[in-house]
Amino acid sequence: MPQAAGDMRAGVVPSAPPAHRAPAALAGDHGVWLFITADVFAFAFFFLLFTWGRVGNPAVYEQSRHSLDAGIGLLNTLVLLTSSWFMVLAVEAAREGSRPRTVRNLSLAMSVGSGFAVSKVVEYTGKIQAGITMLTNEFFMYYFVFTGIHFIHFLIGMVVLAVCLHKARTQALDARYRVWIESSGCYWHMVDMLWIILFPLLYLQR
Amino acid sequence: MKTASSMRSHATLVWLVLVFATSLSWWLVEHHAVPARVATTAALAIAAFKARLVFLHFMELRTAPLVWRALFEAWALLCAGAILAGYWLALP
Repeated sequence: MPQAAGDMRAGVVPSAPPAHRAPAALAGDHGVWLFITADVFAFAFFFLLFTWGRVGNPAVYEQSRHSLDAGIGLLNTLVLLTSSWFMVLAVEAAREGSRPRTVRNLSLAMSVGSGFAVSKVVEYTGKIQAGITMLTNEFFMYYFVFTGIHFIHFLIGMVVLAVCLHKARTQALDARYRVWIESSGCYWHMVDMLWIILFPLLYLQR
Repeated sequence: MKTASSMRSHATLVWLVLVFATSLSWWLVEHHAVPARVATTAALAIAAFKARLVFLHFMELRTAPLVWRALFEAWALLCAGAILAGYWLALP
């Protein structure tokens, strides 16, 4: 086709889509987004409770904060961020229909993510061995309840990623699978994002 | 045209910024190089910025209908703002 050949020579790809934005749409399933919305607002309420308590008794909160290891808080954040990054790469690979890259990035997201469980268990064990529990004071009640509820979200996320990985190995990477992995990705990023706020809330208010 | 590899490098750049911002907030608070008020305020502002990056780039709200994007951006701003307001109120 002379016209197409001319276009190619001019550096124009004949099949290139028109240069306008794709219609705005949410990634993944709308039901998952409703859940995410409810969840982040529940956590916003937790942040307010903690802030309210801290205003009432800043000395106790500051003293209790010194019993936390901000280095572990930092590690937790970096682990979740890195796991989230592999999840983004997995979603992109699934959209491109590349099974090996989808499987590899999901596996990496899970392996790196599992580091969060290890560090959380080390952290909780250290606290309990030092005689610090939920009953120690208000700060530690909030600390254990909020990080505990967040940890349950993390565990659910690991199960969801395992299902994504199983499906990527055994099923077609079709439109249905893309909705699955996009929804799972958004949930996983929410778990990461909630920790992004919990980290300064609990560890970094000096 | 946006290629697959350019999208991957985009995600990687966002991840690098997130890692750097996280490390910076930790360093500011832990290394006492700046006054506590400055460090804490910066750490919470950085957290709001990071949450926004995750919303827009990882959860892809930058290509979502505006109402969703606005809702989550407002959430990040309000959470960090409320925590910061409480922090400043509690100062001696």
